[in-house]
Amino acid sequence: MVRDGLFTEDGALLGSKCTNCGNVLFPRVDSCTYCATEDPAPVELSRRGTLWAWTAVTAPPPGYQGEVPFGIGIVELPEGIRVITRLTASDPSSLHAGQAMEVRLVSLHSDAEGNDVVSYAFAPAAAS
Amino acid sequence: MTASSSVVVAGVGMHPFGRFDASTTDMGVVAVRSALKEAGVGKGGFQAAFCGTAYGGVATGHKVLSRLGMTGMPIVDIEAGCASGGAALMLAAAAIRAGQYDTVLVFGTEKMPKGIIRSSFFEPWQEEAGLAATPAFFALRAQRLCQTSGVTKDHLARVVVKNRRHGAANPDAMFQKETSVEEVLSSRVVCEPLHLFMLCSPNEGAAALVLRRSDLAAPDTTPVTLASAVLRSHIPGSVLSESTPLSGLTDDSVPAPTTLAATAAYEEAGVGPEDIDVAEVQDTDAARELGSCEELGLCEPGGSAALLDSGATTLGGRIPVNPSGGLLSKGEPLGASALGQVVELVRQLREECGPRQVEGARTALSHTVGRGANAGVVILTR
Repeated sequence: MVRDGLFTEDGALLGSKCTNCGNVLFPRVDSCTYCATEDPAPVELSRRGTLWAWTAVTAPPPGYQGEVPFGIGIVELPEGIRVITRLTASDPSSLHAGQAMEVRLVSLHSDAEGNDVVSYAFAPAAAS
Repeated sequence: MTASSSVVVAGVGMHPFGRFDASTTDMGVVAVRSALKEAGVGKGGFQAAFCGTAYGGVATGHKVLSRLGMTGMPIVDIEAGCASGGAALMLAAAAIRAGQYDTVLVFGTEKMPKGIIRSSFFEPWQEEAGLAATPAFFALRAQRLCQTSGVTKDHLARVVVKNRRHGAANPDAMFQKETSVEEVLSSRVVCEPLHLFMLCSPNEGAAALVLRRSDLAAPDTTPVTLASAVLRSHIPGSVLSESTPLSGLTDDSVPAPTTLAATAAYEEAGVGPEDIDVAEVQDTDAARELGSCEELGLCEPGGSAALLDSGATTLGGRIPVNPSGGLLSKGEPLGASALGQVVELVRQLREECGPRQVEGARTALSHTVGRGANAGVVILTR
């Protein structure tokens, strides 16, 4: 796991919901970014959303050991938030605005012990 | 604002922007020395110094002034990302207005790493996940601008062509060669929709200004007045904000940090966007210039493509944008880029710019915005 506390073992993103203003945040926070209320409630975020913006990274950014190209995008979730995420699709022309997306876990690279380092990513949703 | 507390620009200096063998200190010395010379200020002639730098390291300002043999006064190093120089200018102007000092040196000097900038802003896990990809954030913002403002790839290419044409007449620019829409669009795609030529190059350079209380200026000159210098951070909510969050709200009404800074700067200067004759705006990428024009109120929201199409932002137009060539021609040394814009505008208002002169310019606006978020807006008048 690329960082503890970002998502569950089966891929659900872990967020916070403010007990005062009701806004939902990702990743989890100690204080609400919007109204500064402390100790927002922990929540699991919806696994499905819609694509709002997307691109692909063609050269390895600083500190990244995985393969290129890879997709980065913004997915809108029903909680009323937009989340920055890796995308499984690395060809921008294969995606369209408003496309149904779902979260999954992807392997970034292997660490020194040969274990997969895993991150969250969104993929075009299977028909439901 | 009383006459005695208004602030004028007594001198400016530059080290060109590009790639050099010179150190951060060397370049700062060149810019500071020429600004002090222009202002007629020597050792003991200024009471404080503010130095913008992001990658310069510990005591960058002290190293420059030590080399010049001018220390003892407070020297403050300031990091505010792309707006570091704007932050330095704001603090210097505020100190003069408050009566704390009558003459202050402001400078910025920078030597950037090559390629995609590694920023200590990102957490290690964000780097590992590939999310420390600054051009991707520019690209996501560019794609949204295409959706909301009718901007096309052709518009993005024409911003580059315009700025590179302006920059061809700027001896301080890194790229002094014009380009074409075809050449821009045939450069490789870095992050769709942004091609390589649509992104500015991180580089090196320095810029300096001497600010002075207006009643101390020589009576027979017409100095440029620093009408306002404002810095703002972000209000949370936009996932595309330069604060670079991992999430934001679906509420699109949250004002951009640039708009917050511009609103305050217009009010402080007592002018509106319609009064601006010439502007130097953040063009880290071609879409950023168009978005900047909207956020600064230089056109209606959604009107930046039409503004470009009208020719208004080209030299000779109603409101030339980036007559220096912008960061797309000059490159971007973070600590120096904002002050480089202000030096350009001071020279524009003094009508010293030769082939890239904006005729009759009396009111000028400089804008930088970057990670933090930090947004700086400076308004100059003459």
